Amino acid sequence: MKLRSLQYIVQQSFKGIWRNKGMSVASISSVAASLTILGLMMVLVLNMGHLASLAQTQFDSVQVYLEEDMDSQKIDDLGTEIRQINGVAYIHYESKEMALTNMKERWGEQGYLLDTLEDNPLPNSFIVHVEHIRYSDDVVDVIAGLSGVDEIRYYRDIIDNLIRIAGLVRSIGLIVIAVLILIATFIISNTIKLTINARKREIRIMKDVGATNWFIRWPFFLEGTILGLVGAMIALTIIYFGYQTIFDMVTTRFFVIFSAYLLSVEEMMQRTLVMFAVLGAGVGALGSIISLRKHLEI
Amino acid sequence: MIEFKNTSKVYENGVHALKNINLKIEKGEFLFLVGPSGAGKSTFIKLLLREEQATAGKILVDGEDITKLSQRQIPYLRRKISVVFQDFRLLEDKTLYENVAFAMQVIGASPKEIRRQVPMMLGMVGLSDRASQYPHQLSGGEKQRVSIARAIVNRPIVLIADEPTGNLDPDTAWEVMKVLRYISRRGTTILMATHAKDIVDVMQQRVVAIEKGNIVRDVQRGIYGYEA
Repeated sequence: MKLRSLQYIVQQSFKGIWRNKGMSVASISSVAASLTILGLMMVLVLNMGHLASLAQTQFDSVQVYLEEDMDSQKIDDLGTEIRQINGVAYIHYESKEMALTNMKERWGEQGYLLDTLEDNPLPNSFIVHVEHIRYSDDVVDVIAGLSGVDEIRYYRDIIDNLIRIAGLVRSIGLIVIAVLILIATFIISNTIKLTINARKREIRIMKDVGATNWFIRWPFFLEGTILGLVGAMIALTIIYFGYQTIFDMVTTRFFVIFSAYLLSVEEMMQRTLVMFAVLGAGVGALGSIISLRKHLEI
Repeated sequence: MIEFKNTSKVYENGVHALKNINLKIEKGEFLFLVGPSGAGKSTFIKLLLREEQATAGKILVDGEDITKLSQRQIPYLRRKISVVFQDFRLLEDKTLYENVAFAMQVIGASPKEIRRQVPMMLGMVGLSDRASQYPHQLSGGEKQRVSIARAIVNRPIVLIADEPTGNLDPDTAWEVMKVLRYISRRGTTILMATHAKDIVDVMQQRVVAIEKGNIVRDVQRGIYGYEA
């Protein structure tokens, strides 16, 4: 395409946007709203996924809680049995007293709260380290069959929960977003329809003097794409500042340690930037194509 | 230049608009297309512009059968065969200059070409001094002259005029006819569909009459031949 034609096309598409200011704003807002909600969902899902993968690498241990009232002989026997299971690297015994002390340490300043306990509610436990994370399921299966074992806790519980919740958020989110994107596409196609109607005469003349069909279509196509892209940019800005605020709040007001479990703002933007630009432009282009097919007979 | 060979058009509703038409138009000819309303004049023009597709036969333009053109090629046909209408079809928010320049812009002409060609065309239709005015400041005859300037600015080989004087009073109609005759003398083939008896009678050009889809008369230096 010739450069001067390009100039004309770009000029016409911006004119179209300006001519239907109200509808243009509506189109941009609907794209921005849909993508912001998509972003919100991505913040949740990505962070849960991130947390799950971190949990997998960091918690390669299985916590085995023992039944009450076991004498030390029984506990020793159980320890030996666990040690012999295939895939167990080493185990570590934590008595209920040690568990309480450790907990006090973890709670730090709030540790004194635990002093008021009359009874120590924590059970004795073995902390079983596995040679590799992939053995953990088998190891847990065997331990579960041993007598004296009350309950087994391991990372898989957390991860399974995280994955389940992330999956739920994702499926509900996808439905909501599909509907919102449909609405955005519809609004954009209506905006383009208005521009087409405003330019009916011009289009007729262009056809009469022999302008090519794509020369006639391009400004409308571009107009829709620009509307979509601007919407995407707004959504990205909202997510950038919004996520930064949440990130700062979580890490300063709560625990700095959480920052390790949250995706950094940069990483979040990296994952959303291209996707949003493509989605925004795509919704815009789709909206205009619908209008072009329906209302532009060329 | 233009040749209809056994050309027929049957619309989807079953109307036989043109029946086995054979007609040859030479380069530089000035031809009046006459006949009652609904006789097939409009269909004849639409086939030439490929707004409608012939259902049988050929239409040769410059040796090429335009019934075989693909959709993509049609815009290029319309750069060769230009058209003016009864209702002028000017853009009200553009000046005369811009209206004529627009036809060049949309086919990708260079600014240099546009600057050279547009004043020349406005001069040819006698509106050089009105270039910066808007269509609403013009009379009907002047508007039609602008639309002629726009139609010929891309140098078509044929200019079709579809009742160009239909909305004009006799005096301004003659202004338009003078312009058309001038263009014709410069070598552009002109095909004018009209109901204007006095114009056809005075101009003494070739007259082709269509009735009920058939060519019923084709005479050089003919007359309108119907009651006005």
